[in-house]
Amino acid sequence: MKFFQSRLGTWTGFAAAALVLFGLAPLLLSGFRLGLLAQFLCYAIVAVGIGLAWGRGGMLTLGQGVFFGMGAYLMAMHLKMADAEFRNGPGAVPDFMELAGIRELPAYWAPFSSPVFTIAMILLLPTAFAVLLGLAVFKRRVKGAYFAILSQALAGAFAILLIGQQSLGGFNGLSRFRYFFGYNLDDPVNQQMLYFIAAGILLVVLAVALQLRRSRYGELLVAVRDAEERVRFLGYDAANVKVVAYAVAALFASVAGAVFVPIVGIISPASIGIVPSIMFLLGVAIGGRATLLGPVIGALAVAWAQTALSEQFPSAWTYAQGLLFVLVIALLPGGIASVAAVTKRFQRKPVEAAA
Amino acid sequence: MSAALSCKQIEVAFDGFKAVAGVDLELDRGEVHFLIGPNGAGKTTLVDAITGLAKYTGSVVKDGEELRGKKVHHIARKGIGRTFQTATVFENLTVAQNLDIAAGAGRSPWTLLRRRKHLPQHVTDTMERIGLKDKADTPAGILAHGQKQWLEIGMLLVGDADVLLLDEPIAGMGHEERETTGLLLHDIAADRAVAVVEHDMDFMRAFAHRVTVLHAGAVLAAGTVDEVSDDPRVQEVYLGTAKENADAATA
Repeated sequence: MKFFQSRLGTWTGFAAAALVLFGLAPLLLSGFRLGLLAQFLCYAIVAVGIGLAWGRGGMLTLGQGVFFGMGAYLMAMHLKMADAEFRNGPGAVPDFMELAGIRELPAYWAPFSSPVFTIAMILLLPTAFAVLLGLAVFKRRVKGAYFAILSQALAGAFAILLIGQQSLGGFNGLSRFRYFFGYNLDDPVNQQMLYFIAAGILLVVLAVALQLRRSRYGELLVAVRDAEERVRFLGYDAANVKVVAYAVAALFASVAGAVFVPIVGIISPASIGIVPSIMFLLGVAIGGRATLLGPVIGALAVAWAQTALSEQFPSAWTYAQGLLFVLVIALLPGGIASVAAVTKRFQRKPVEAAA
Repeated sequence: MSAALSCKQIEVAFDGFKAVAGVDLELDRGEVHFLIGPNGAGKTTLVDAITGLAKYTGSVVKDGEELRGKKVHHIARKGIGRTFQTATVFENLTVAQNLDIAAGAGRSPWTLLRRRKHLPQHVTDTMERIGLKDKADTPAGILAHGQKQWLEIGMLLVGDADVLLLDEPIAGMGHEERETTGLLLHDIAADRAVAVVEHDMDFMRAFAHRVTVLHAGAVLAAGTVDEVSDDPRVQEVYLGTAKENADAATA
């Protein structure tokens, strides 16, 4: 364990992860499975953010679907604009709007024909929203269950809001994307490229989270989680400390949403509301929220189990998932990542008894 | 010499009930100042008011600056540190990490986002002073009760607080630990003002430079240990004749 704390250990860990993601996985998996893995990696990116905000910062973020959805819709808008422009020239109305009888392009859509503007928005908009929301909430010392309920209600409200927006596809959302920054999405090579992008982003996001954990800020964040009053009486504005972690988690979720859209090919209110937000959290809880890799492992495991079980038992997998959750919370409160520590404790017990 | 902290006419009311009703208090550097009084006398509420946790009327002035209405963390940065009745330390962090955080309230974001290369000198010095040097890498959660109290005091020291308000620092300590704590308080009071909220009369007699007795939210008596002990009103409410009342209040 000590080895991975060192600088060399960190690089070794990242090299091994890169080898698996960029070397092994594309060799072993079919195109379809690789596409699924790419989708799961998006969930894992969200999970890393939740691990930071919840596991380290104690903020039970039950509404990450909001930020995931923002990133996804922003990207989807650009893809629809680019497709329309490719077919009918600049300023054309995306196909779903034509079907809905919208002849004029809504003003807020226009800037999204620019890729640069879109990417800037994906990075800035959800982060800024999280900063403002975080300041409003944490400065008033809203925390614990109140914060969780608030964030979950937000996810529900956001999904309902989107269902009502015909110019954003309403209930059906946005789908049928043909090109991703000029690359044809039907081409298997480009699909694999999307997988590589998702894998690369996951590694970057992990590196950022690792740096935050190991920095003085990371220690301070844990301090705020465990004894917020004490931190305040030491002269820190605890709200600001929380806002940073919350905003970073929002940024991660937004980026994940943006990559999710070209990989899966559809984004609708159903994939960003309350239930998907809880699913994000579920993986993190099962994997181990306070560790760096726990959320990633948990997110991948839950998504994989969901797919595998729903292929085998289409009607029963939700029960299996619930059971998994109950078992982990009851037997392994620290998540899958704490298995090593728990087994060590079991092995040590007889020795202590003998002594 | 002007007072390190001067409070005038502090009043704290909870729904009309005056927990603190017009208290004047001056804390001087170089003194260990005990605040005593039966339960419900308003000692902790007074500390809450000074540190910004409880709303009050009146005035608290430090270094010529009025502190009323400022936020908790701003007051803390003015050099007023407090501890809590139950030692509050960051249990999942090591002793060194606890102190490093306490020393860093003024750090820039850039410093915060980087890894700690080594501990600041005054953090290691303080670790020695509070007797936890060999516990630097021990998680604070598994420290002994007394050691947690010392760590919390150490956190105020590295944070450059020059007015320390300690809420029952020896609660639950053994005899030897009390002695060590008392000496530590005298040591750190050399260039700071230290106020101690305490129930323990023996500890008070052994280590107090000055004593203020609170009763029902007001100052009943103030002075040296002997002056206060000789005051008949103090004897009545607290020390002797009215002992049953005090016991009833404690229970």
